[in-house]
Amino acid sequence: MQYFWAFVVGGLICVVGQLLIDLTALTPARVLTGYVVAGVVLSAIGWYAPLAEFAGCGATVPLLGFGHLLAKGVKTAIEEEGAIGILTGGLTAAAAGITTSLVCGVVCSWVGKSHDQN
Amino acid sequence: MKLKPREYARRVQRASPPSPLGKDCLWAFFVGGGICLLGEVLRQWYLAKGLEWELAGTLTSCTLVALSALFTTLGLYQKLAAKAGAGSLVPITGFANAVVSAAIEFKTEGRVLGTGAKMFTIAGPVIVYGTLAAVVYGVVLWGMGAMV
Repeated sequence: MQYFWAFVVGGLICVVGQLLIDLTALTPARVLTGYVVAGVVLSAIGWYAPLAEFAGCGATVPLLGFGHLLAKGVKTAIEEEGAIGILTGGLTAAAAGITTSLVCGVVCSWVGKSHDQN
Repeated sequence: MKLKPREYARRVQRASPPSPLGKDCLWAFFVGGGICLLGEVLRQWYLAKGLEWELAGTLTSCTLVALSALFTTLGLYQKLAAKAGAGSLVPITGFANAVVSAAIEFKTEGRVLGTGAKMFTIAGPVIVYGTLAAVVYGVVLWGMGAMV
């Protein structure tokens, strides 16, 4: 059941993104940025943690989950370290994903050739 | 021949191809759902190996990013993205694809101002506004805690 809900919830979150791209003038970059900020907001008002509990990777793999990770990191860091957690919590929680992306980017640029984007 | 606007709109609608919206959404649903399902399979596998909850989630993200980087380097992720739209954009693999494809694409402009700078074209705004929102949340949270 966990797999089913991961698939359905993840799929639906992507459909919302598709509707935003097709029906509004939002560019993909704006949709991604909006999703991360929306993830922070949804996490802040306490809606995203139950969804992540329920749908697992269906909620954490889309970029909304990246926002949730940032917000959760800030919350945990403030509880543990006080005010400095406002500044350290977010990126600390997101460090693994960002670092992997950046390292992969540089390594792949050594070996990769430019492809037709279409 | 003069056409009234409504008649013109009707004819345009009849002549234009059917809206791809439904097809786009189906692609987005199945590809996006599939990527999340793959993530869930990975996460359960890490959990079954005895990893902690948090660590399993982190490793799942890293694995998906690395897989996306591999498929981007091979030129396959872009082919999927042409069909899947938001289905391949919204998951974290889309974020990784944006970073890696720009890193490769702009290496002709140099290691520093090409690869180094351009890989943040999409990742930059995502990190900047995500962090900003998180800091605002942190200030509010801390302020509420201080008042109590």
